[in-house]
Amino acid sequence: MFSTRISRSLTLFRRFSTKPEEIAQLVKKNKVVVFMKGVPEEPRCGFSNAVVQIMRMHGVKYDAHDVLKDENLRQGIKDFSNWPTIPQVFINGEFVGGCDIVLQMHQNGEFIEELKKVGITSALLTKEQEKEKDSVKK
Amino acid sequence: MPYSTEDLRKKLQEELEPVHLEVVDDSDGCGAKFTVLIVSEKFEGKSLLQRHRLVNSTLQEELKSIHAFTQKTLTPEQWEAESKQQA
Repeated sequence: MFSTRISRSLTLFRRFSTKPEEIAQLVKKNKVVVFMKGVPEEPRCGFSNAVVQIMRMHGVKYDAHDVLKDENLRQGIKDFSNWPTIPQVFINGEFVGGCDIVLQMHQNGEFIEELKKVGITSALLTKEQEKEKDSVKK
Repeated sequence: MPYSTEDLRKKLQEELEPVHLEVVDDSDGCGAKFTVLIVSEKFEGKSLLQRHRLVNSTLQEELKSIHAFTQKTLTPEQWEAESKQQA
């Protein structure tokens, strides 16, 4: 039993190109961390752009990592989260999903809730509340 | 290696036994860009992430060469609610 555990961890180790410990630290560095193609100012893929736009709408400050700049990171993050595609979104160190998932969470309101859990108030929520206040005043 | 919508349909059909399945090739024939809509009872009780993981693992081989993939995963109940909304 002991030996199988060793060989398993060895194969795991070999699969990672960027060290898993480094990635484990990266995803925890900020409350929201995004791995994408390009940078937020200039996304290089429509899916990454969609995530950037959603973050912008919610007014989220986040860490962005460009996987096109680092092939090791590109493969490493896929292995780390066991997810085959980019972009990838992490909240509080936990993998949330790719573009489709974040987009659906944005549409059904779940994304606001997830942000709330880590103490981030979505800009969309603030806007809603202001609207309500205005309508009360009137 | 390029895939056809039929390739993906066949695999998803077998693994997820969907009650409704749409596979759209958005690639103008290069076979590397797809959008899928899957309605299956197998998604019942699973989170969005778990559902997408299920689809990803079904198409594990294909996703290595597909460079753009959009998926929507619904339970029959959600599917019905959604089609009513659109009607």
